[in-house]
Amino acid sequence: MKIGVFICHCGENIGRTVDCARVSKAAGFFPGVVHSVDYKYMCSDPGQNLIKQAIKDFKLDGVVVGSCSPHMHEKTFRKAVADAGVNPFLCEIANLREHVSWVHEDIDVATDKAIDLIRFAVEKVKRNTPLTTIKVPVTKRTLVIGGGISGIQAALDVANAGYEVVLVEKEPSIGGHMSQLSETFPTLDCSQCILTPRMVEVYQHPKIKLLTYSEVEKVEGFIGNFKVTIRKKARYVDDTKCTGCGDCMQKCPIKKKALSEFDEQLTTRSAIYVPFPQAVPNIPVIDTSVCTYFKTGKCSMCKKVCGRDAIFFEQEDQMLTEEIGAIIMATGYKLYTIDKKPEDSEIKGYGEYGYGKYKDVIDGLQFERIASASGPTSGEFMRPSDGKTPKKIVFIQCVGSRDESKGFSYCSKICCMYTAKHAMLYKHKVHDGEAYVFYMDIRSGGKMYEEFVRRAIEEDGVKYIRGRVSRIYEEDGKYIVKGEDTLAGVPITIDADMVVLATAMVAQPDASKLAQTVGIPYDKYGYFVEVHPKLRPVESSSGGIFLAGACHSPRDIPDSVAMASAAAAKAMVLFGSDMLEREPTIALVNENLCAGCFYCKKVCAYNAIEIKQIKDKQGNLIKEVAFVNSGLCQGCGTCNATCPSKSIELIGYTDEQIYAEISALM
Amino acid sequence: MQIGYYPGCSQEGTAKEYDKSLREVLKVLDVDPTEINDWSCCGATSAHVTSHKLSLALSARNLALAEKQGLKEIFAPCAACYNRLLTSKNELQEHPEQKYEIETIIEEKINNIPEIYNIVNFFQKIGKDKIAEKKKIDLKNFKAACYYGCLLVRPSGINSDDSEQPNSMEEIVKATGAQTIDWNFKLECCGAAHSIARQDIVVDLSKKILDDAIKHGANVIVVACPMCHSNLDMRQQNIKSKFSDFKEIPVLYLSEILGLALGFDKKQLGIDTHFIEFNLPVRNDVQEVSA
Repeated sequence: MKIGVFICHCGENIGRTVDCARVSKAAGFFPGVVHSVDYKYMCSDPGQNLIKQAIKDFKLDGVVVGSCSPHMHEKTFRKAVADAGVNPFLCEIANLREHVSWVHEDIDVATDKAIDLIRFAVEKVKRNTPLTTIKVPVTKRTLVIGGGISGIQAALDVANAGYEVVLVEKEPSIGGHMSQLSETFPTLDCSQCILTPRMVEVYQHPKIKLLTYSEVEKVEGFIGNFKVTIRKKARYVDDTKCTGCGDCMQKCPIKKKALSEFDEQLTTRSAIYVPFPQAVPNIPVIDTSVCTYFKTGKCSMCKKVCGRDAIFFEQEDQMLTEEIGAIIMATGYKLYTIDKKPEDSEIKGYGEYGYGKYKDVIDGLQFERIASASGPTSGEFMRPSDGKTPKKIVFIQCVGSRDESKGFSYCSKICCMYTAKHAMLYKHKVHDGEAYVFYMDIRSGGKMYEEFVRRAIEEDGVKYIRGRVSRIYEEDGKYIVKGEDTLAGVPITIDADMVVLATAMVAQPDASKLAQTVGIPYDKYGYFVEVHPKLRPVESSSGGIFLAGACHSPRDIPDSVAMASAAAAKAMVLFGSDMLEREPTIALVNENLCAGCFYCKKVCAYNAIEIKQIKDKQGNLIKEVAFVNSGLCQGCGTCNATCPSKSIELIGYTDEQIYAEISALM
Repeated sequence: MQIGYYPGCSQEGTAKEYDKSLREVLKVLDVDPTEINDWSCCGATSAHVTSHKLSLALSARNLALAEKQGLKEIFAPCAACYNRLLTSKNELQEHPEQKYEIETIIEEKINNIPEIYNIVNFFQKIGKDKIAEKKKIDLKNFKAACYYGCLLVRPSGINSDDSEQPNSMEEIVKATGAQTIDWNFKLECCGAAHSIARQDIVVDLSKKILDDAIKHGANVIVVACPMCHSNLDMRQQNIKSKFSDFKEIPVLYLSEILGLALGFDKKQLGIDTHFIEFNLPVRNDVQEVSA
């Protein structure tokens, strides 16, 4: 084998602490090396040409590049090698930057270590074999999980590009939290007015298959080739017959027992219900936990009044399987509840604000419902306890956010803006009302955001107080809010009629379970994690699974929509070619040696090991052996390390290659 | 039931009746308290405001003595003692280097720090059922405002009850048949140690608490801390001389209200030593439970 060694200075990054000339000179004497040079920027065009030219001139069939991490430029150099007619897998990278120059100071020591690493790589490349990339087909269908604004945007973008979409929403209607909002910052346009046309577009889109009241149960397969099992929960209403006339809901005798989820527990709903009048699809579901028929069998009023005979008490959950190429996660958020201290939660609760005790201490989403024209008060400001117009409202920001001792350490990002909006909406309708906002900092980064907050303060006269509230208690129908003005350095007491807590945004309670089902990482809060915070913000580390909206981190509508479009674009990039190329460095079973113990199957994190039956010509079973699904295998090598009989190896990283590397260092 | 008992200085001074009533009640509930031999100051007030290390060492000494005596569980009826012992236990467990330093100071080794209960936790441990079982008199005419003060349910996080909306004392008091009221100032500051130097502060703060309890319909206040008791009971005279329209309200220790339910009279429980005279709530007065 004729090996060429190319040492990169990386400007001064490597050159400053490694004597590159000495490294290349030493490498020239290694057995098998026929050519060795150093150069200032090997990744540059002239640098790459240097490699290509040397391959031609010296008829090289193995290349070692001493440069930065293979994460940076392995692809670059392998491509250069391939361009010159040598199999790209015959090119190895020795990491002289992250592993040497950046972590050492002494030039002599660093140079010696660099020489060792080159020797190491040379021994490996001698044992490399030409490999070809694996090609797998791509199913050009996208699954979007979650039908809030992020899911809607992602689904529409992908569908409008001509690809099929399956949109799964666990609630009876799509629309998410955005459908509950009154007006949106910083423009104060009506949330439903801009959202509902989108919802209808989803419903009517020929490329979108909408599955509401459904949940993802199982995800198998891999990028481009997922098989997804979806549970379509029983609505007890035949969606092919129902016209959404609403007669059943009107006649349902259960009116008070169930609290409306859409109105954030401020009102009640019937047992058979649609969450809100503009629901998509406009098909009701029966809440079996309160329905008299399901509890005692004594009522079937809805069935009697339905002119279309659409009520179907015997309906059962349905399991659907869908072939999917890409998955977009858009499961959104929940508000941290002020009702009661959550069980088994790291959050300690805010008893000092009277959670669940005072009816007029509400959270941000409840305030949205009160402010909304479609809400329980038709947009009139009335407090929940007695329906009186509150003349003094205190808004408290950062309840649960930025609070390491009692809540979460992160900033929920949207509260500064929506609190300013709340105070503004209130002042617009109750002119003689007073609005106080307790804040820590006003974080209003965003287009026209700071201007919006200034408008609340300067034009609408909202009183901002920098400080925290220590306590709220009720006295003679007023809520006594005790706080501190930290700028004036004085304690403050306000006798408010109503208090609005900007509680933290938290991940959906079942987000971690869903992440395990789908196979993507999540952080300690339950938010899904991206591969790279700056350069790959919408991709999960599992191939073909993308992230959109508040399931990734707290974010507002514009950010969620932008992220959803980005995730949609990533899915479409995947659909740009018919075949998908994958690294060939995966595990391979030596079927002669394999004893069929399947320890490898137990340890494989990607479910890539299958059981293969070996039969003789008559069809009698001889033995069972492990078999690697090349689509699923990620080449992690866990099976390789586990196998007791050494009969499973990682292509490109065989035991022989690894031992050769180690010997080179001895 | 065996339990280690850390009385603390108040139980032998201003809160003698707390100690007396507690011992009577425990006897009926089949609890045999073992006093920690040679116990000393818990490190409250003067110690913990002057030197953190001193306050830890003082509590640690008592914990080490309890361990040496083979006590697995101890209880401290005074909320300040409880708070100091618990804080010290927590710091010794969390910070091994500090534990080493404290061990050197007190010249004792600490290995297994006993479980520490306050009076409410301890009655929870004994059980509401047991109290109800031994109850001789139903206190149904009592409308009790349970006052926790600042120390009983803190520090938050290492304490078992909710430190902002506690409810554990109410649960115990209800076992006597008494009603409990929901009110605002269960945790509000009574003025604490300012009782001596700044009586004016204590008068104002304690009045606020007493007024709120009365306003919410209470006819008795129940406390579990000698300092709370002295401020709320003893200072009512001073409040009255400053605010002529102030209405008095009796203040009982948790052990005293339990004692009444268990059939003891005021004198046996030391209630006759309080500044504000306690009379059984009227309206047909307290009735015997027919057997």
